[in-house]
Amino acid sequence: MAETTTVPQTTQTAARRVKFVITRQDNMESKPYIEEFDLPYRPGMNVISALMEIQRNPVNAEGGTTAPVCWESNCLEEVCGACSMVINGKPRQACSALVDQLEQPIRVAPMSTFPVVRDLVIDRSRMFNALKKVKAWIPIDGTYDLGPGPRMPEKKRQWAYELSKCMTCGVCLEACPNVNDKTDFIGPAALSQVRLFNAHPTGEMNADDRLDTLMEGTDGIEGCGNSQNCVRACPKGIPLTTSIAELNKQTTKRMFKRWFAQ
Amino acid sequence: MKGYYARKVHSLLGLVPLSLFLIEHAITNYAAFDGGQAGFQKAVRSLNDLPLVFFLELFFIWLPLLFHGVYGLYIAYQAQPNIGHFNTERNWRYVLQRVSGVVAFVFIVWHVYSTRFQISLGNVTHDELGGWMHDMVTQPGYFVFFLVGVIATTFHFANGVWAFLVSWGITVGPRAQRISSYICMGLFVAVTALFMLSLFAFRGEEFANTASVVTTLKTLIG
Repeated sequence: MAETTTVPQTTQTAARRVKFVITRQDNMESKPYIEEFDLPYRPGMNVISALMEIQRNPVNAEGGTTAPVCWESNCLEEVCGACSMVINGKPRQACSALVDQLEQPIRVAPMSTFPVVRDLVIDRSRMFNALKKVKAWIPIDGTYDLGPGPRMPEKKRQWAYELSKCMTCGVCLEACPNVNDKTDFIGPAALSQVRLFNAHPTGEMNADDRLDTLMEGTDGIEGCGNSQNCVRACPKGIPLTTSIAELNKQTTKRMFKRWFAQ
Repeated sequence: MKGYYARKVHSLLGLVPLSLFLIEHAITNYAAFDGGQAGFQKAVRSLNDLPLVFFLELFFIWLPLLFHGVYGLYIAYQAQPNIGHFNTERNWRYVLQRVSGVVAFVFIVWHVYSTRFQISLGNVTHDELGGWMHDMVTQPGYFVFFLVGVIATTFHFANGVWAFLVSWGITVGPRAQRISSYICMGLFVAVTALFMLSLFAFRGEEFANTASVVTTLKTLIG
C-alpha cells in the first residue's frame, strides 16, 4: 500500500518548484541586493537544505550562474543558534524553518541588527561580549580546593534550567525595537543570563557585580522599552520579559541599597 | 544625562508628580461639567489659594514636565518600531506610547502657552478661564486638537503607569502584567471620560460670557 501512494507523490513533486528571494551582500562594506532562486522541491526540505541546493547548483532564477549564497549552520536541530536569519520577516533558525510551513516566495535575509559579514552570515560578537561584560559564569576557581558549593533547590533548578536553554542565537536582539544603531542596549539575552547566574547558589555570590554592570554606562537594563517582542520571538521559549522585570526589581533594590546602606 | 538613573528619574517623574497632576487636572475640570461656570471658578480658585502655589507649579509641574518631555523625545527618537513583523498588542503599545508621548508634548506646550502663559501675560484672569476655554473649544479645529491631545495624553499616562510597574520590578510575571494592564486601561477610560465631559461642558452657552477674549486669542494664536 505504501508503494502505491509514494509513486504518484514523487512524480508530482518532481515538477514542483520553490521560489526563494534572498537578500545578499558581497562584503561588510557593500550594499545589500536581492537575488531570486527557483529550486526543485524535495519533501521535508528546510531553508538550510535549500541553501545547500544553491551551493550545489549556483544558478539564479534568471538562469545566470552566480556565487553560492553564504550562510552559517552547525547543529541542524535548533540548539546551536548559528543559522539565525530573517525568514519571511521573522527572525528564526533556518534549520527548523520547514519549506512546507512557509508562505512562498520564501524571503530570506540576514539579521541586519548585527554586522553582515557576507550574504546571510552575521557577526554576533556583541552578544558574546555582552556575556563577558555581565560575567555570565560561575567563578569556582581558587588557590585551594573550595569544596562543594551550596545546593540549589529543585524548584529553582527547574525554572533556571529554562533560562539555561539560551543559545545566544540573536533572535531576541533582532526582534527588539530598542536594539539598533541609535542605542547601546545590551539586549534581552544577556539580561536573562544575569538572572540565571544570580539565581545559582554559587553565582549569587557575585550577584551585585552583575547588577552593577546593568546600571552603569548607557547599555544597561534601562534600554528595555517593554515591546515584549523578545519573548514572542525566542525559539527556546525563554521567559525573557519575566527575566527583565525580575532584574528591574533586583536593580531597583540595589539602587536603594547603594543610596541608603552606604 | 543618559543611562540607568536618567531613565529611572524619567519613569518616576511620569508617575509622581505628573500622573497625579493629570488626575488632579481631570477632577478640577470635571467641576465645569458638575458645577458649571460657578463650580469651575470655585475649583480654579481653590487651587490658586494653595500656599506657595508658584513653587508648587515650578517643582511639581513645570520642571518635571520639562525633564520628562525632553528626555521622552530622546527615547522616542531611539526607537525603531517593527509592528510590521511583530503585530502584537504589546508591540503596538510600545509604538503608541512613543507616538502619544510626542503628540502629548506638542499639545501640552501649546496648552500651557494658550492658558497658563496667557494668565502670566495678563490677557486672561483665573475667573475668566471658563469663558476663555469656551471660545477655544467652540472652534472646530481647536476642539479636534483638544480631543486628540487629551486622548494622547491620557493614553500615555495610563500605559506609562503600566510600564512604570514593570520597570520598577513591581509586576514581574506575565499574569501580574496582564492584570495591571486591565487596571491601567480602566484608568485610561476613567480619566479620559472626566476630560471629555469637561471639554463638552466648556462648549455650553453657560461659559459664553467673555466675548472680548476671542479677539485677543485670535490675534495671539489664530
